[in-house]
Amino acid sequence: MIADGVEDEEKWLAAGIAGLQQNAFYMHRALDSNNLRDALKYSAQMLSELRTSRLSPHKYYELYMRAFDELRKLEVFFKEEARRGCSIVDLYELVQHAGNILPRLYLLCTVGSVYIKSKEAPAKDVLKDLVEMCRGIQHPVRGLFLRSYLAQVSRDKLPDIGSEYEGDADTVVDAVEFVLQNFTEMNKLWVRMQHQGPAREKEKREKERSELRDLVGKNLHVLSQIEGIDLDMYKDTVLPRVLEQVVNCKDEIAQYYLMDCIIQVFPDEYHLQTLDVLLGAFPQLQPAVDIKTVLSRLMERLSNYAASSADVLPEFLQVEAFAKLNNAIGKVIEAQPDMPILGVITLYSSLLTFTLHVHPDRLDYADQVLGACVNKLSSKGKLEDNKATKQIVALLSAPLDKYNDIVTALKLSNYPRVLEYLDSETNKVMATVIIQSIMKNKTRVSTADRVEALFELIKGLIKDLDGGAHDEVDEDDFKEEQNSVARLIQLLHNDDPEEMFKIICTVRKHILGGGPKRLPFTVPPLVFSSLKLVRQLQGQEENPFGEEDSTTPKKIFQLLNQIVETLCNIPAPELALQLYLQCAEAANDCDLEPVAYEFFTQAYILYEEEISDSRAQITAIHLIIGTLQRMHVFGVENRDTLTHKATGYSAKLLKKPDQCRAVYACSHLFWVDDQDNVKDGERVLLCLKRALRIANAAQQMSNAARGSAGSVTLFVEILNKYLYFFEKGNPQINVAAIQSLLELVTTEMQSDSSTPDPAADAFFASTLRYIEFQKQKGGAVGEKYEPIKA
Amino acid sequence: MVLVLALGDLHIPHRAADLPPKFKSMLVPGKIQHIICTGNLCIKEVQDYLKTLCPDLHITRGEYDEETRYPETKTLTIGQFKLGLCHGHQVIPWGDLDSLAMLQRQLDVDILVTGHTHQFTAYKHEGGVVINPGSATGAYSSMTYDVNPSFVLMDIDGLRVVVYVYELIDGEVKVDKIDFKKTAATTHSAH
Repeated sequence: MIADGVEDEEKWLAAGIAGLQQNAFYMHRALDSNNLRDALKYSAQMLSELRTSRLSPHKYYELYMRAFDELRKLEVFFKEEARRGCSIVDLYELVQHAGNILPRLYLLCTVGSVYIKSKEAPAKDVLKDLVEMCRGIQHPVRGLFLRSYLAQVSRDKLPDIGSEYEGDADTVVDAVEFVLQNFTEMNKLWVRMQHQGPAREKEKREKERSELRDLVGKNLHVLSQIEGIDLDMYKDTVLPRVLEQVVNCKDEIAQYYLMDCIIQVFPDEYHLQTLDVLLGAFPQLQPAVDIKTVLSRLMERLSNYAASSADVLPEFLQVEAFAKLNNAIGKVIEAQPDMPILGVITLYSSLLTFTLHVHPDRLDYADQVLGACVNKLSSKGKLEDNKATKQIVALLSAPLDKYNDIVTALKLSNYPRVLEYLDSETNKVMATVIIQSIMKNKTRVSTADRVEALFELIKGLIKDLDGGAHDEVDEDDFKEEQNSVARLIQLLHNDDPEEMFKIICTVRKHILGGGPKRLPFTVPPLVFSSLKLVRQLQGQEENPFGEEDSTTPKKIFQLLNQIVETLCNIPAPELALQLYLQCAEAANDCDLEPVAYEFFTQAYILYEEEISDSRAQITAIHLIIGTLQRMHVFGVENRDTLTHKATGYSAKLLKKPDQCRAVYACSHLFWVDDQDNVKDGERVLLCLKRALRIANAAQQMSNAARGSAGSVTLFVEILNKYLYFFEKGNPQINVAAIQSLLELVTTEMQSDSSTPDPAADAFFASTLRYIEFQKQKGGAVGEKYEPIKA
Repeated sequence: MVLVLALGDLHIPHRAADLPPKFKSMLVPGKIQHIICTGNLCIKEVQDYLKTLCPDLHITRGEYDEETRYPETKTLTIGQFKLGLCHGHQVIPWGDLDSLAMLQRQLDVDILVTGHTHQFTAYKHEGGVVINPGSATGAYSSMTYDVNPSFVLMDIDGLRVVVYVYELIDGEVKVDKIDFKKTAATTHSAH
C-alpha cells in the first residue's frame, strides 16, 4: 500500500516537473521577445504546479527548487524592465492580477525584491506588505515554502546597520520586526501540521515535520547574522519574542527544536547575559520535551566557551552562571519526579563538566554537584540501569580527567558517596579507572591520609563488597585487576620514613581484608616497599636521641613478619618462603642476627612442613643455600645449625641427580670468598665427596633399573667444582684428587655400559680446554695447573 | 646484522610498576630479531608485551615467575654464536663468575646470559662471554643496592658481537658498548 503511495508520488512529481518545464519554456520565449504580458501569464501557470497538495515535503522541495531557479530569471527580466523605464510600482500592481493566490504571491515577492533594490520605496514598507500578504496561504507545506522564498529573496535587502537599505525611516528595528514576524507565522504553520489528518498517520506527519524544521530555524539564523542586533536588542526584543512563540505554541517538536536552535545559533556571551530568561523558559515547556538534552547542550557550549579563553571567565562569575544553572536543573528535576535516573545523572554530569571548565579551582562547586546527585540517588537506591551506571562512571571520571590528579579528586567529600550507589561490578570498573588515571599521570600519593582515602575509593577491588556469593569472576580479569592494585602499591611513596611507614601500615590494613585469593598479589609489593624503606633507614645513622616511637628497621621487620605470615595460611608456602629469605637478607644487612635467624627459621619450617612438590623443593633449596651463603651476620653456632639443616634437606631430595647437585652447592656454604673465617677446606671436601658418592649411587641405580649407566654429567660437574676450590686455594683439594677424578670420568665415558651423551662429552671437552687454558696463563695459576695431565 | 635484546628481572608488579618510559619509547616492534629474557617478568602481561616487540621470544624461569613452565635453561644458535640462557638463582654462589663459567662450559655456549643479581656485568674469558643485563626496571634486589634500570642489545655479525648496554642513570639513558670476537668455530670432537 505504501509502495503504491510512493509510486504515485513519483508520478505526480514527474507530472509537476513536466508541467513546470513546459510553462518555463514558454516563459523564456516571452522573456526573449520582451513580452511582459505573456511572461507573466506563463510564469503564473508555471507557479501553479506549486499549488499541489499531493506531494510530501521532500518531493515538494524538488518542485520548489526548479521554480526558484526559473524565478531568478524572471527577476533579472523585471530588473531590465525597470531600467527600460517600466514603473516598478505598476509592475507590483500588475502581478496582483494573477488568478490564483499562490502564484500571485510568489510573483509579488519576486517583484518586491526588485522594488526594494530600486529604492523607490523604503525597504521596510515593502517587506511589511509582503510578510502580511503571505498570510493568504494557510496550508502548512505551501505556506512554509512560500515564506521560505520570501526569506531567501529578502535576505540581502534587510535594512541592517551599514546596509545600503538603511535609511532614516528604515532601521535595523524594522529588519528584526520583519524576520520575527515571518518566523512567528512559519512556526504557526509548522505546528499546525501536527494536528492535520487522522491520528493513525501521526508518525508520518511527525517525520514530515522534521523534514521541514530547518525552514523555520533558518529565520533564527538570519536573526543571528543581523549585525545591528546588539546585546540589548537581543535581550529586550529578539529573545523575548522568540521565546514567547516557543512557549505559546505548546508543541513538543517545535519547542525542542527551537530551544536547541536558539542555543546553537546565538553567541555564547549573549546566552550568559540572558541566562535567567533562557533558563526561565524551560519549566514552561511541555513535559514531554527532552529538556535534559537541551540543557546539557547549553552547558556544553558554555563549557567550551569557558575553555576557549581565560578572559571570558570573569563573565561567568559576574552572572553567577553556576548558581543559576544549578537552580534550573534542580527545578527541572523537581518538576519531573518521574524523570528516569539516567536523565538526572546526565544533567549533573553536564553540570559537573561545566563546573570543571569554568570554575576549576572551586572544588566546593564540584562537590556541590556531586552532593545533589547523591541526594537524588539516595531516593532510588542501588542502580540497576546499565546506561545510568555508565553515566555515573562518566560523571566520576570527569574530575579525574580534569584534575589529572587523584589527590584533588580525593578532596571531594561527595565523591566516595556517589560510589556507594554503584553495584559491585561498577565499583570495580570505577576503581580500575581511578588506578589507571594514577598510573597514566604518575600521580604520587604521598601521605597516609590520602592513601586511606584512595583505598576507600577502590575498595571494590580490594575486597569482596557484597559479602556473599557473587557471580563467577573471570580468572584472567581477576588477575589483571589484582595486578593493577599491585602496581598501584608501587606508586605510594614518601621520602620521609615516618610517613612512609604510616603508608605501609595503612596499605596493610586494607589488603588484609582482601581474602586468600587477593593476598598473593598484594602482599609481595607491600613487602618490597617495606624492604626498600629498611634499606633507606640503613643508610641513616641510628639517632640515639631519637624518639621512642620512631621508625626503625626492627619495627619494620616485625611488621614484615606479620605480613608474610598471612601467606602461610592461604596457603602460598613457596612465595612465603621466598619472601622470608628476602627479609633475612635485609636483616643481615642491618646486622640484626636474631631477626635474620628468625626469618630463616620460618623459611625452614615452611620447607619442612608445607613444600612437598619436588620441583618447588629444588627451587626452594637453591634459594636457601644461595641466601645462606651470603649471610655474614650469623655467629658460628647459628650458622652451623642452619648449614647442617640445609645440607640435610639437600641430601633428602627425591631424585639422586638433584640430591647430588644440591649437596655440591652446599659446599659453598663452607667457603665464602670475602669472609675469612668461613673457609673450611675440609668440610668443602666432605661435601664434594658426598656428592660423588651420590653420583656413584645414581650410576648404579641406573645400571640396575635400566641396564645401562646413566650420563657422566654429574661427575663432570663435580670435577668442575673440584677445580673451582682448587683454584681458590683450598688446601684439601690437591692435584691427585683432581687427577683421579679425571681418570674416573674418562673411564666412565669409555665404558661400554655408558649411554652416549653428546652434551656430557662437550662439557668434558670444554672442561679440558679450560684446564689447558689455565696452564697457558702462566704465573701462579699456570704453575698450579701444570701438574694436571688431561 | 642480527639484533638480540637481552633483558630480565623486571619483577612487574611485585617490585616495579612498569618499564621506564624512556626504555619503552626505545623498544619498538620490528627492529629486533630475537629476545632473550633471563626471567622474573613476572606476569603474563609482560610476556605479551615482549611478544609484540618480537615474536621470537625465549624465556627462562625466575623464581617469582607466574608461569611455572618456562625451562630452567635454554640454548639457541644465532648466526655463528651459541647462546645460553638461565635465570641464575640456580648457580651458587649467586653472581660468582667462576661458577657461571662452569655453567657456560656445561651448556657449551659462546655467550651465557644470566640475571638474578640486577647488576649489569659483561665478562670475557677464554670460554666466551658472560653477560648479565641487569634489571630492566631497576627493581629492588637484596644483592645490589641502587639498581639502575638496564638492558642489553647484542649485534651479532659473523664472528663478531657488539654488546650495547643501556642504563638509565639519573633520568638519562647512557649507552656503552663492548666488542667481542670469536675465534673460528672449532669442532668439538666427542670422546
